[in-house]
Formats: sequence, structure tokens, C-alpha cells
Amino acid sequence: MSEHNPLLQFKERKPLIDRYHTFNFVNRRGVAPGRVDVSHGNILYLEDVSVSFDGFKALNDLSLYLKEGELRCLIGPNGAGKTTLMDVITGKTRPDTGSVYFGQTINLLEMDEPAIAEAGVCRKFQKPSVFGNLTVFENLELAMKADKRAWKTLFAKLHSEQEEHIDEVLETIGLTELRGRQAGILSHGQKQWLEIGMLLMQEPKVMLVDEPVAGMTHQEVDRTAELLLSLEGKHSVIVVEHDMEFVRSIAKTVTVLHEGSVLTEGTMDDVQNDPRVIQVYLGD
Amino acid sequence: MILNYFKKDMENRIVLSVLLAITLLIPLCNLIFPPDSPLYFSAYSVSLIGKYLCFALLALSLDLVWGYCGILALGQGAFFALGGYAMGMYLMRQIGSRGVYGDPLLPDFMVFLNWKELPWFWQGFDSFPFAMVMVLLAPGILALVFGWLAFRSRVTGVYLSIITQALTYALMLAFFRNEMGFGGNNGLTDFKDILGFNLQTDAVRTVLLMCSGLALLGALLGCQWIARTRLGRVVSALRDQESRVRFIGYRVEMYKLWIFVLSAMLAGVAGALYVPQVGIINPSEFAPLNSLEIVVWVAIGGRGTLFGAIIGAVLVNYMKTVLTGLLPEIWLFTLGAVFILVTVFMPDGLVGLWRKRQELHA
Amino acid sequence: MIRFNTLLLIPRVPPVPRLCCWVLCCFNLSISLVLAEFVEQPTSPASEMVRVEDVATLSFYELVDAVKIRSLSKRGKAMDTLAGTDHPRTLTVLQALLDNRLLELRESGLVVILEKASADNYQIVEAHSGDAQPDISRSEAKNIKLNNRLRSQLRVMIGRLQLASDDVTIRLEAIKAMTKKPDAHTLETLRAHAEIEPDMRIQDELKLVFALQDMDSKDQAARLAALDVLAAQDSQEALNKLQAISKQDSEGNFLESDEQVRQKARKAQLQMEARVEVYAMVETVFFGLSLGAVLVLAAIGLAITFGVMGVINMAHGELMMLGAYTTYVMQQILPEHTGLAVLLAIPAAFMISGAVGIGIERGIIRFLYGRPLETLLATFGVSLFLQQTVRSIFSPLNRSVSTPDWMSGSYAVNDFLSFTWNRFYILVFALLVFAMLLQILKRTRLGLEVRSVAQNRIMAKAMGIPTERVDAMTFGLGSGIAGVAGVALSQITNVGPNLGQAYIVDSFMVVVFGGVGNLWGTLLAGFSLGIANKVLEPFAGAVLAKILVLIFIILFIQKRPRGLFPQKGRAAEA
Repeated sequence: MSEHNPLLQFKERKPLIDRYHTFNFVNRRGVAPGRVDVSHGNILYLEDVSVSFDGFKALNDLSLYLKEGELRCLIGPNGAGKTTLMDVITGKTRPDTGSVYFGQTINLLEMDEPAIAEAGVCRKFQKPSVFGNLTVFENLELAMKADKRAWKTLFAKLHSEQEEHIDEVLETIGLTELRGRQAGILSHGQKQWLEIGMLLMQEPKVMLVDEPVAGMTHQEVDRTAELLLSLEGKHSVIVVEHDMEFVRSIAKTVTVLHEGSVLTEGTMDDVQNDPRVIQVYLGD
Repeated sequence: MILNYFKKDMENRIVLSVLLAITLLIPLCNLIFPPDSPLYFSAYSVSLIGKYLCFALLALSLDLVWGYCGILALGQGAFFALGGYAMGMYLMRQIGSRGVYGDPLLPDFMVFLNWKELPWFWQGFDSFPFAMVMVLLAPGILALVFGWLAFRSRVTGVYLSIITQALTYALMLAFFRNEMGFGGNNGLTDFKDILGFNLQTDAVRTVLLMCSGLALLGALLGCQWIARTRLGRVVSALRDQESRVRFIGYRVEMYKLWIFVLSAMLAGVAGALYVPQVGIINPSEFAPLNSLEIVVWVAIGGRGTLFGAIIGAVLVNYMKTVLTGLLPEIWLFTLGAVFILVTVFMPDGLVGLWRKRQELHA
Repeated sequence: MIRFNTLLLIPRVPPVPRLCCWVLCCFNLSISLVLAEFVEQPTSPASEMVRVEDVATLSFYELVDAVKIRSLSKRGKAMDTLAGTDHPRTLTVLQALLDNRLLELRESGLVVILEKASADNYQIVEAHSGDAQPDISRSEAKNIKLNNRLRSQLRVMIGRLQLASDDVTIRLEAIKAMTKKPDAHTLETLRAHAEIEPDMRIQDELKLVFALQDMDSKDQAARLAALDVLAAQDSQEALNKLQAISKQDSEGNFLESDEQVRQKARKAQLQMEARVEVYAMVETVFFGLSLGAVLVLAAIGLAITFGVMGVINMAHGELMMLGAYTTYVMQQILPEHTGLAVLLAIPAAFMISGAVGIGIERGIIRFLYGRPLETLLATFGVSLFLQQTVRSIFSPLNRSVSTPDWMSGSYAVNDFLSFTWNRFYILVFALLVFAMLLQILKRTRLGLEVRSVAQNRIMAKAMGIPTERVDAMTFGLGSGIAGVAGVALSQITNVGPNLGQAYIVDSFMVVVFGGVGNLWGTLLAGFSLGIANKVLEPFAGAVLAKILVLIFIILFIQKRPRGLFPQKGRAAEA
């Protein structure tokens, strides 16, 4: 009904009033990554997002805000909607209702995956997905922030500062010695790092990291924790992880998802002592 | 020094050298040696080799889109035929009043159909440069429109293969119709000359062979150059991990579209070179079977290697010539068996086998 | 094959050169005619002195022979006499006479009939016995001529004979023939017959004839009454008559002078034309449905292998071809029982194609699971193989499979609407096959296993389901249905090595259009594409209609890459 009532429509569109809405025709191709409007302190706004597959509600009126430079951990039992949430933010899945804003002005729901990635929201997948046929170096090169239009890549040359940047990232993820090796032959943990490295190459504002330490040894987990902590402040990061030890070691704020909506939010200790969380994880 | 040249990237350089040799030596042999010399290549074998080179170019174009981009296009024959038709239309217009009905403007089949004037889409084909532009544009634009629609809506894998097959099938049905104005069933034939030179002479045949060889060489080098650029790396990355590439920020559909259009144009060039050498183009070139055969050329050579496609195309077509000459019935059995054996036992084709052997030796 | 005159009772001769045969035959024929006089002892058949009054004493042979008498008046009497006998061939002979097919051999004077043997082939048979005389050429005989008076007399005779028949269809035929050019005489006969005719359809037909006749009457009331009858009849003649009424002659006068009649006729005409349009639509839908049925038959096997297993079976068309050839072989084994052969071919084709399918799965496809594009190539190789095999065994030419009697012909509702039986049966057959397949998947253990493997192969395996066996059975099932579809195809199209190729693109289109993995989608897609094709055909022609449908699907796939009924949710992502 409300669709036909211009007044109601106006009222429902909160962004129009709230976030100094820029009309679509003004910034059709999205705001350049440097110009994300974070004057209110938040970089990601998810409001009343619902997604359903064949009647099953993967996300149910979920609302979530991410502060600039924050490292946020997302936990929850299987089927809580963690991966779907990432799908919604990166444009893979369109929500049935709700709004997703990047900064105050950029409506992510109007953009497709490449545009979102270019705007500065990048993602590491649950299953490490690197390009097995390319070398480690080439993997990072492809991920590098650059003009990614087809015609430009045909004549693209690697500048020396770009190469240095790649070397830096290689250093950070500890794969310097393997730079010339095919990515397909890396170990599981190395692939995870390579993928994190690819995220870094994109110089994102927001990083979505899905299960970064699955399949890693203890030492590797520790190094990953260090790496993620070092990102705090420079990037806003959402980490989805099942490994509670790991979450405890990095998390300031933890959000618990359950049945597609936020159950509770707080420090790790708060969350772990929350009776509802205990009930969800352990059952009655 | 020569050995050194071949050491690095050996297979590829051998193929390049052989191609260059064919392109230069065969015409030379045909022109220099007398017909009774063992080094003489008859007009028949010149045409045959020229034909193989066109098929090799066609296979190369498919390998670009299938081997590098992962798009199994089952309609590559359609682009080949479109290029061929564009060339055929030019050659038709060159006949002029020498046709059976002697009409100075209209090709024979139009006179036969009682058409009074040249249809609009035949205008301009009397000019060679225009025809050559159309050789590129006709397949290119079809690929652009079709690819834009398909890639934008993320039609992939098997679905894409099937609708490309439907595309070439629809085109075949359309070109079979007389009303389309492309000669219907019989297609375009009875060509007389090209750029004023008689098509039946040895000199023209050898020049056509040289053109085919050069086009193939150029295309091979060009494709290899593309494969080495960042675009090439993006494309081969998206073959295996399409969604990952998209999440890094590349517009996958545009990359696919570029490659698809380029490949269609290469196929069109192959068709345009093919038609004057065999002297006919008809709708059966659009048959889905033809496009599938191209796939087998590439598969047997080794997909994703570019030069493998050339080896495969020449090999299979040579086999076809020999076997259909010996015993026509055997050919389809052989082709069928090749399809099965290659896919089941050597997914990387001959080049893959060769490389495996090299690795074992090393 | 050379057959000698039956009167001679000489066994068949061994093959001898053709020319000798000719000479021998001509010789034999003349002897046989001479002998005939001794064997049967008839009164000299060729003489003109036949005394037609002695009907009882004359044999049918002589009665027929008498017709060739030169004097036309006597010929009329001879015809009368012939019509009076109740010999089973009377009607045939009279009909032949009317159609100028009754001939007299120049040399022997034997009366023969020129009969249609096949579409463009004639043969000569003896008039009195119906025995074929393959050695006589048309040029050896001359026509037995009639004049118009005799012709109309003959028409009435034939009509009467047919009207007296017990068979409703023969009576109907007779009435239709008689009313083509009705004269007072025939009308009288018909009015008399109307009194005793029990069949309603024939009564309707007669009413129409009388009404058409009454329209020409001078009496306005009679014309108006006749109009009522015409308006209720869906017949081409009635429509023609109604359309004629509103026509004007060159001076602008209406052919029908009465205004009231004209108006009424006009109204009836418009109503009937509207009905005709509806009939045309119904017929188009029926044609579309039957084409759709063929598509559905061709596609559901594919829907299983493609949709449930994710295997692209390019040899599917060839498996249909095998089914069609099975029908052909069956008919060769049982040449006398065409219908039985077709019925037996259904299970046989299922077995054969199914077995070949299982062979393909075990031999090739199981090495290629998870690589759909490669199954496409390998099975295409199989299809080439099968094609060439069939070509080597049965020759590359098309084989003709005959249609059983109960499947040929059509059911005419009225002049504007008729349903051909073979299309009707195929429609029913397709629905039956579909229903059975659905039941198999829904109710049987195999169906349960197939669905579980389709949903989650690894989980199914973990549950102890023999996935390999299920794969083989699924593929066998899909292939078997292809074989069954081939049996149906053999009834409507040429059976040749290329049969499968013609359908493979179409059936893929149907599956993709309907949505992979959804049998109902396949059904709906098949029928809607069939109807779309037939609706477009009148405007665009058959080929263009097909092209348009193909283009439509190509565009549709762009809009909805997963068809009409896509699989949703997480399963679809994989």
C-alpha cells in the first residue's frame, strides 16, 4: 500500500533525511573510495535487512553498524546468517527489504559486486579462493588497486612503487620467498594469508574476513591474529570465526547472530556470560 | 644458436617456425619448381594447405575464448560463416555480368528469384575495403550483442554453450531461406576473381595461402601477447574463479565480452580467407555439428595453449582428408572415437601428453 | 514379381530375363482367355448379343463384361442389371466406371479397372475378380465411355447402393458424393432416404442439403426456415451460401432480393465466421499441443539426465533414433501386424535405448562427473558413433515406418475442425509417459534414491545409497524414455540416421526454458513452445516461426538464466 502513497514513501525513506542523501544521478558510478562520508563515525550501516530463500529466513530484520577503523567479530551458530550477511554487503545477494549504506551516502544496494569492491568493501571467502594458475605475485598484482577496466588492463604496466607495494604486502603475509610459485601449490594456511594479502592490496575501507584461521596451525593462528590486530585503525574489519580462542584474542566488540538477526553485542566476556548466548550455543 | 632459440618455450617456437616455413616455402615451391619436381606443390595441395591454415585460425579463435576464458562457445562456426558470407558477397559482386543470367548488378540467384533490385544489405559490397570491414564487423557485432546480453545476465557454463548452439542453429535455418537474400540452400558460389585477379590461377592461390599463413601467425602472436598482459591474467583468473575476480573489482562481463568479440572477429577473418580458397559458402557452415568439430580440434591439440589448437586443427583435418578419401564411412567413427578418447583420457590434449612426457624425462 | 493368370494355375516361374517374361506373359494371357471359354463355359462374353434379361443365369463376370457393350442405351441397361446384383464388387466396378477408370483391353476385350496402388502408382486389376494384372500396361486398354445422362444415372445407382449399406461412414460418403451436383432425381432419392435414416449425423447432413436446396426456392418463408437450418450448421457449403446471399451482381442488385432474408443471412454469416475463427484457434492449439507433446517426449528424458544428474547428453537424439529404428525393425519382424509392432516397439525401444544409455554411463560418463562441458563433448562423440553405426547397418536412406490403421486418418468435428488421430495419440502418449515418470520418481525406491543423489551426492553416499548404481539407473531411465520418444517420432516423421540431430537443439531449449531439474517446467515449456510455434506459423512460415522461437528463448535465458522454474536457495548456488 505504502508504495502508492507518496507521503508514506517519503517518510519511509530514512536516508533522504538522515544522511544528506545524494541523488543517484549525481554519483552514478559510486563515490571514489577516498570520499566515503564517515562524518557520523560509522562506515557501514545495515538496517532492517531481510533475506529469505524459499521461505527460509536467512536474515531477519537485521541491523548492524560498523564504526570506522573498528575490528568487529561476528559469531553465531551454523545457519545464523553470517555468510549471507557478507553476501548482502558485497552485493552477491539482494535483500528482500532493508538498506545497506557505505558511509552516509553510498547505497550499496544499487551497486554490483565490482562497483562495491572498487568503492572499498572487500571480502575474503570462507573457502580460500586464490588463482591457482597464477603465481603468488600475480595474484597480488591482480588484486592491486588500479584501473580495472578491460581496455586499461591490456596496456597496464607495473610501476616500481606498485611493485614495492606488492613486496611490502608479501612481507606482511610472509610469502616473500614464494612470490614466484604457483598459488595452487600453497598450503591451506598460506592460501588464507595470500587471500588476506589480496585484500590488503585493494586498500579497502572495509574488510570482510570469513573464517580466516580455519585449517591453520597454532602458530599460524597467532600470526593471523597479529596481522588482523595490526589492521585496526587503518581499516574497518568484520571477522567471522568459529574459533573462540582466536576471537577472544582479537576482539574488542563481538556481535552474536542467531536466526538471522543480532542476538547481542558487546565485549567477549559480556557475550560469553549472556544467558541467551549460552542457550543458543548449548541448547536448553 | 638455433638450438638455444628453441630451448625456451620450445613447442611454441617450433609451431611458429613451421608456420612461417609453410607460409613462405610452399608458395615459393609452387612457383619455382616445375610440376614434375618432387618439391612442387600442386594447386590442389596449395588450396588444401590454405584451407587447413584457415581452420587453424578458426581453432585458435575458439581456444582464445574456451581455453583462456572458459567459455565453451558452440557457435564459433557461425562467426566463421558470417565472415565467409561477407567475403562471398564481395566475390559475388565481382562476378558482374559474367553470371549465367548476365545481369550486371544482381547475382544469379536474385535474378532467379525474380528480384528487381539489390537489397540494402548487399550495397557497398562491391568495394573490397568495405567488405573487409564487414568481415570483422558482422561477426563482431553479433558477438557483441549476444555476448553483452549473455554475460551481463551471467549466463555461464552449459547454459551458455547451449544457447550459442541455438544461435548458430537459428542462423542456419535463417540462411537456408531464400528470402534472406544470401542464396538460400546453394549459398554463394561460382566466384570469378578477387581484386581483379582470377581465382583459379596458381599465383592467386599461393597468395591466398600466404595471407592465411600470415593471418594465422599474426593472430597467434597477438593472442600470445594478450595472454601475457594483465588482461590475459584477469581472463585466465576468471576462467577458474569467476566470482572471486568479480569481488576484486573487475567487471567480468566486460572482459568476457572483449575476448568473445575478438575471438568472433578472428573466426570471421578465417571464414573470409576460407571462402575464396574453396570457392563456395553455404548455410551448412552454420550447422551445429561444424562448431562442435572445431571444439574437438582444440581439445585434441590441447586447450589453453593457443598453438595446441593449431596442431589439433591441422591434424584432425588432415585425418579427415585422408580417411574420407580412403573410406568415407570410417570418418564419423573416427571422429566419434576421438571425441570420447580425448575427453576421457587426455583432457589436456596432445600438448598435455607431450608436456607430461617431458616432465617424466626431466 | 510376375504373377500368372489365376485361371492357368501354373506355379510361379523361376526368375528369367525381363524381356522373356513380357513375351511369356502376353502369350499366357491370350491363352488364358481362350481357355477361359472352356473352363467356365459362359455365353460368348465379347458378343453384343447378350440378353440382359436373363440376369439370374448370368455370372458376375458376364454382367461386368456386358457393360462394355457399344450401344449406350444397352450399356445403361447393363449398368442397371449390374447394379441389381448384390455381388461385393458391384460398387467398385460402378464407381470405376463413373471415374473413367473402367477399361477394356484392346486385344482380349477383358474388362479391367485402373486402381491406385500407392501415391503415384497405378495398377490394373480384373474388374470382376479384383486380381492384379501387373503385366498389362495402361496403353493396352481403352476407356469405356459414358455420356452425361448415363453418368447421372450411374451416380444415382451408386448412391442408392451406398445408401443401402449398413456402414454409416459409407452412407455418409455416398450422401456427400451425391450432393456435390444434386439434381431433382438425386434429391428425390435423398428425401426418401431421410425418412428411414437412423443416424443423427447423416440426418444433419441431409437437413443441410435440403436447406441449401430450399434457399433457392421462391417461397420467402421456406428460405427463412432454411436459413435457420444453415445458421446452425458448421459447414463450408452453408458458409458459402450465406456469403453468397449478401453479394451483388454487376448492376448492384443483390442476388437475394428479399431484405429480411438478407439481414438474417448476414447475421448468421457473421456468427458462423466468428465460430470458424474459434475453430481455427482450437485447431492451432491442438497442433501446438501435439508439437509440444513431441517436444516434451524428446525433452523429458533429457530433463532427467541433464536436470537430475547434471550430465549433458548430446547423444540423446541418437537414443531417440534408436527407438525409431526399433519400431522399424519390429515392423519388419511382424509385417502383418503394424499396430502390434508399434505397441511392442515401446517396451523394446525402452530396453534397447536404456541399455545403450547404461553402457554410455558406465563406459564414459562416470569418468567425467563434475565436468559437464566434457560430458557434452564425449557424448557428442557417442552420437556420431551411433549415427554412423545406424548408417552402416540400415543405409543412410530414410526408412518408412507405417502407421497402424487406428492411428491414421482424422476425426472431423465439422468442416472447419478436425483432429488427426496420430497427433492425438502422441499427445495422450506423452502425457502418459510424463505421468509414469513422475510416479517413478515420486513413489519408487529408485525415484527416492535418484532425488537424494541429485540433491546431495556425498550425503547420499554416506547414507549407504549406491550412488554409482543410481547414476547408471538414472541414465538408463532417461535414455529409455528417449527410446520411447523415438517410437512416437517414427509415427510422424522420417526414420533416418539424422532423426536425432533434428531434435537435439529443440529438446535442450525445452529443458533450459522450463528450468533445469524441474519436470513440470519441462512439460509446460514443451507445450508453450509447441503452441508458440504453431501460432506463429501462419504469419511467419514454419522456418521463420522456429527461428523466432529460438531467438525468444535465447533472450529469455538472458532475463532468467535459470528458466521458468528455477531452483532456489543455496542448492542453486553450487
